[in-house]
Amino acid sequence: MSTVSVAASTSPWAGGQSPYATNSKKFGMWLFIISDSLTFSALLFAYTYSRVANPDWPKPFHFSPSIIFSSIMTFCLLSSSLTMVMAVHAMNHGNRKSAFKWILGTMVGGAAFVVLHLSEWMNLINNEGVTPFHNPWDVPLFGATFFALTGLHMTHVIIGLIYLGIIAQAVIRGKFKYEDVEVAGLYWHFVDLVWMFIFPLVYLMSARI
Amino acid sequence: MSTNEQVEHVGGTTITFAKVWMVLLFLTGVEVLLAYEQVPTLIMLTILVGLSIIKAALIIAYFMHMKFERLSLFLTLFPMLIFCIVLMLIFLGDATRIPVMRPPV
Repeated sequence: MSTVSVAASTSPWAGGQSPYATNSKKFGMWLFIISDSLTFSALLFAYTYSRVANPDWPKPFHFSPSIIFSSIMTFCLLSSSLTMVMAVHAMNHGNRKSAFKWILGTMVGGAAFVVLHLSEWMNLINNEGVTPFHNPWDVPLFGATFFALTGLHMTHVIIGLIYLGIIAQAVIRGKFKYEDVEVAGLYWHFVDLVWMFIFPLVYLMSARI
Repeated sequence: MSTNEQVEHVGGTTITFAKVWMVLLFLTGVEVLLAYEQVPTLIMLTILVGLSIIKAALIIAYFMHMKFERLSLFLTLFPMLIFCIVLMLIFLGDATRIPVMRPPV
């Protein structure tokens, strides 16, 4: 009997062990990220399919302002990812004040992204006449897929800003642990990662030369 | 035990992250330059997606810390994801055929 109990306690299935050596919050966030990336890849795929299947797909993105704006937006998101890494790094060393500042920096980058993106939307709607269902080039799929894809991404950024805001005020008040900041960081990097596909596939593929 | 492991597994210094950030910016710059080259749509698509996959891998490995996690976590999450995304590509061939199949106006 004693051999059985020894064998049971050393088995990885006996419980009390973590096969991934990570906490459950982080694993939960990873599972969410994987499922969300399938959503985004389906939307990106729908956009690319329509883009390739339509020889007269519009190219509404002028170098100025659209491509310049979207490049700056990419820079904002990439830099905010770097500041988020620094926040996690600071939190890991127990420096809550520094972590708080880095998270605020991340939020500034994210907010700049949203503001630039909205003004870019307004430019498309007002100057180019693109709406979700109509556009001057008679390819209604362009507006539908463009606004669905970028709109869903912007929603993620806005949710991320709220999430980071909650984390930031908790961190400065001495609540939450290192892993909570790390999990928020995972979400933020994911939002950044999705933009790394939307930017070339949507903007650069339809840049007006 | 877990706290000790976390400290050991921190992985990557500030300088590493700054380097990764600079590589990501550089690749973005290359993509923007490429957009103004006259290349057929499908080749352009392939190059841009290829560069984006490199950028995504860098973000996942360093910023999202995957390089410093256990291999079991990576194996649980990513092969399935890649497989599902590749399955979607089955339909892309149709997209290239549709313009050719259109009756002339």
